[in-house]
Amino acid sequence: MSGGAHYTLHHPKWYRRRMSVWWWLQKRTYTKFVLRELTSVFVAFFALMTLWQVRALGEGPEAYARFLARLQTPPFLALHGVAFLFVLFHAVTWFNLAPKAMVVRLRGKRVPDFIIAGLNYFAWLVASGVVAWLWLRG
Amino acid sequence: MPSTVALSVTRYRPEEESEPTRQTYEVPYRKDWVVLDALNYVKDKLDGSLSFRWSCRMGVCGSCGMMVNGEPKLTCAAFLSDYFPGPIRVDPLQYFPIVRDLVVDITDFIKRLKRVKPWIIWKEEKPLAEGEYRQTPDQLDIYKQFSMCINCMLCYAACPVYGLEPGFAGPAAIALAQRYNLDSRDTGALERLDILSEKNGIWDCTFVGECTKVCPENVDPAGAIQQYKLTSAAHWFKSFLLPWGTK
Repeated sequence: MSGGAHYTLHHPKWYRRRMSVWWWLQKRTYTKFVLRELTSVFVAFFALMTLWQVRALGEGPEAYARFLARLQTPPFLALHGVAFLFVLFHAVTWFNLAPKAMVVRLRGKRVPDFIIAGLNYFAWLVASGVVAWLWLRG
Repeated sequence: MPSTVALSVTRYRPEEESEPTRQTYEVPYRKDWVVLDALNYVKDKLDGSLSFRWSCRMGVCGSCGMMVNGEPKLTCAAFLSDYFPGPIRVDPLQYFPIVRDLVVDITDFIKRLKRVKPWIIWKEEKPLAEGEYRQTPDQLDIYKQFSMCINCMLCYAACPVYGLEPGFAGPAAIALAQRYNLDSRDTGALERLDILSEKNGIWDCTFVGECTKVCPENVDPAGAIQQYKLTSAAHWFKSFLLPWGTK
């Protein structure tokens, strides 16, 4: 018996593995999950940008023009590009996961997942279409 | 084609060593063998001291769950041919304390399972004369999927939240709670909601979704938890808007 073991006969001595700080890099699905969780930061970023925009709008045409000019600088364009990709990832993963939480039964039978997800995507498309129409109309 | 495959197995002998080591065994490669067959070959022919749990060898008992090449698997359903030419890495189920070699301590899981009251709760039991508790096939269909759980704990070994939050009730326990909540004969949904909507319950789940992927019985614990979250949130709103209506 080695010195460090301290084993009492007939008494279990469990070994507990410590979880690595880098556990989320050990499997692709875990990494994808952590990235998905991170998307919330970028969703918050867009919300803050909208608040900033509203404030600039309230301060008058000059302030709003300054705000728009700032958005066109390379750092803001790059930041928005990255944020957009993350928000897109956020939306797609959200719609793909929606059927798991939403169980709809029609005449006792469960509506298949792809229909629930499809309806979500459809609603997304319609909402985007309406926004685009409102935008492009003027 | 080599006729053997290397099995690299975790060894932990608490009376001899203070932390796990690895040992490699060469076992015959046979197309119809599963990892459990290979482990039994080691036990019978090469090293009788290797410890692991198993019973039915046909995916019913749920005792032979281990990590095979880092994935939680029932070793009775993990064919050597899927991992050929190897080496095949076999470890005890992740996140559970190891008792010996490939055997983990499951006391903690059993405690969690009991806490969610996975049995039918009646407010009042019917007198015998009124006959049996009837259920239509449609009513059965609503919870049947969640009732297929064999308590193999693969979902716990796949869940990083269980690894990080030692108090988390975990996928199988919540799926089983949902199985009874959805049962038309049960009246205990509120009792379970009180337990599971608190700390260490459903809100600890961040929907990694791995529990559903590894489940050998297609129980979909991740789905059960998300549906439960929806029920819990709806219940909270109802009690907020109509505080007298939910008692």
